[in-house]
Amino acid sequence: MLSLWLNVLASGILLGLVYGLVALGLTIIFGVMRVVNFAHGEMVVFGVYIGYWAVRLWDVPIIVAAAIAAVVMFIFGYFLEALLVKRFVNRPHHYQFIVFIGLSLLFSGALLVAFGPDPRPTASQLSFHTVSLGFVTLDMARLQAAATAGLLITLLGAYLKFSSFGRSLRAAADNRLGGLVVGLNIPRIYAVTFGIGAACAGVAGALISPLFDAQPYLAVDFTLLAFMTVIVGGLGSFSGALLGGLMIGVAEAIAALMFAPSMKTALPYALLILVLIFRPRGFFGAKEI
Amino acid sequence: MQKRFDGGTEVKRWLAGGSVLVVLALVGALASPYLISLLTIVLLFTFLGQSWNLMLGIGGQLSIGHALFVGLGAYSVAVLDVKYGVSPWIGLLLGMVIAGSAGAVLAWLSFRFEVRGIYFALLTIAAAEFARIMFGGWEFVGAMQGLFFPAPTGAIDISMLRGDARFYYFMALALAALGIVGTEMISRSYFGYVWRAMRDDEQAARSLGVRAFRHKILVIAISAATAAAGGGILALVQGSIFPDSIMGMGLSVDVLIGPVVGGLGTTFGPLVGSLAAIPLNHLMSALGDSLRIPGLNSIAYGVVLVLVVWFLPDGIWPAIVRICKTVQLPSRLWLPQPRKAEE
Repeated sequence: MLSLWLNVLASGILLGLVYGLVALGLTIIFGVMRVVNFAHGEMVVFGVYIGYWAVRLWDVPIIVAAAIAAVVMFIFGYFLEALLVKRFVNRPHHYQFIVFIGLSLLFSGALLVAFGPDPRPTASQLSFHTVSLGFVTLDMARLQAAATAGLLITLLGAYLKFSSFGRSLRAAADNRLGGLVVGLNIPRIYAVTFGIGAACAGVAGALISPLFDAQPYLAVDFTLLAFMTVIVGGLGSFSGALLGGLMIGVAEAIAALMFAPSMKTALPYALLILVLIFRPRGFFGAKEI
Repeated sequence: MQKRFDGGTEVKRWLAGGSVLVVLALVGALASPYLISLLTIVLLFTFLGQSWNLMLGIGGQLSIGHALFVGLGAYSVAVLDVKYGVSPWIGLLLGMVIAGSAGAVLAWLSFRFEVRGIYFALLTIAAAEFARIMFGGWEFVGAMQGLFFPAPTGAIDISMLRGDARFYYFMALALAALGIVGTEMISRSYFGYVWRAMRDDEQAARSLGVRAFRHKILVIAISAATAAAGGGILALVQGSIFPDSIMGMGLSVDVLIGPVVGGLGTTFGPLVGSLAAIPLNHLMSALGDSLRIPGLNSIAYGVVLVLVVWFLPDGIWPAIVRICKTVQLPSRLWLPQPRKAEE
């Protein structure tokens, strides 16, 4: 019994790291641009499909597929921002929401048109390899996804903290007008930010492609999941995204063990409602939005 | 906002809106069953759109989880009717009370700690999704298998709200008209002014003595209760309800598309928007089915939403009003226009 619980907790934590990466993409976009990307789940699903096709066409390891997803989704996000999103950055929140709901319908429709509704399992041998660490046995797919996600989160954090671009990005997030005054190229920063956010979602999607079959309908779940994660952690907060991801991952794992399958997704929502009510800005949330 | 005492525009707006309703009534009497059932949905979503509009357009609170209230209304009607044979009228009342209380509690919980704006919107999604999952696992209300109303016999029974497609069409038309007139009356009443003041600048409204906290709760409770009424009728019209369709994200999005496309905060916006968006969705669905390409309707919907917010940020109805304003009423043609001194 104990080992079952430990296993469930461990797999929850591992998946939670990947959720953290998904949420990080959302939170970076919100933190810098004050835009809520309601099409984030679709971007995760793009990543899942990229993982599926990369493995299927070229038989590459998942890590390579994730790198491909990062590049493709960065370019996608960059141009989406430069061509469309930038027009809505200074509009009220509900307009942004509606634009992104529109984009999310557009993307999921496009996925349906392109790939049809059937789930496509990524043929990866990783899922069958397991590692045993005393009490817990973990499958390689999860372990690899979590390790990569954790590494990326750390690298991205370090990059934003220490690089000159990271500094200007944080400056733009703190004070847009001030950034413009001192000559920051705000439109480019915004486009890159959106690209990074989309790339985070895409990489996370590619990493979990061995665990979740590629399917257009997954998108809504991932969008909601990313939202839950960042709200639990605090919208716009870096460490909050990570903590939120871990909490949601563990909550999901525990719920899967304790409740009927149909009810298991309710626990993260209950957690979210509790957090919103008792700690409205999340655990690491900024005071002023 | 439109000027309040501009008689000509006012009359033209009501003439335009009224004539749309008259045309819709004629259509109900004459049109084919398919068109009638499509327009029934349009009118029901006009009403639901009005309730959503009340919350954001007038109350200033963004809800992306309106499916929660719609679903509570639908389940109240369905459970009482299907399980106990109780008249839907009572179900509608009960649903309005339950959803209104749920809205009030949600609002109270959030505004107590100043959860607002985007956080409030996310809280509404979370509440709706939580409820959807709970109802999906609740055997008493049919879980995922849903609830089915008894098959319609075609005989019209007002007390049990049973009838043929035309009966439901006129019911939906009455509801839509009620929603439009109700919104207009609310927005001209004391509450309308207070809520708009609160929406535009809460601090300023507060400093003038508006008790923003309870007014926000009130507007959300009223919006929730009306959404529940629409949901109850929607359940009857559809003849069955399932948690995923009546409480899902998709329904929340459908509810907001009408007012957004038609015009936020306007009286006729939700009607115009629903008239534009829902037939488009059905058309593209049918096209997608016949071409065996699923997802076309979703693409069309998405493109329309983005384009409308891009090019007509106020929506279609204000654009129509703008065009109509350039047309003079006939009476003005015969009388010489007195020139005001200051011009």
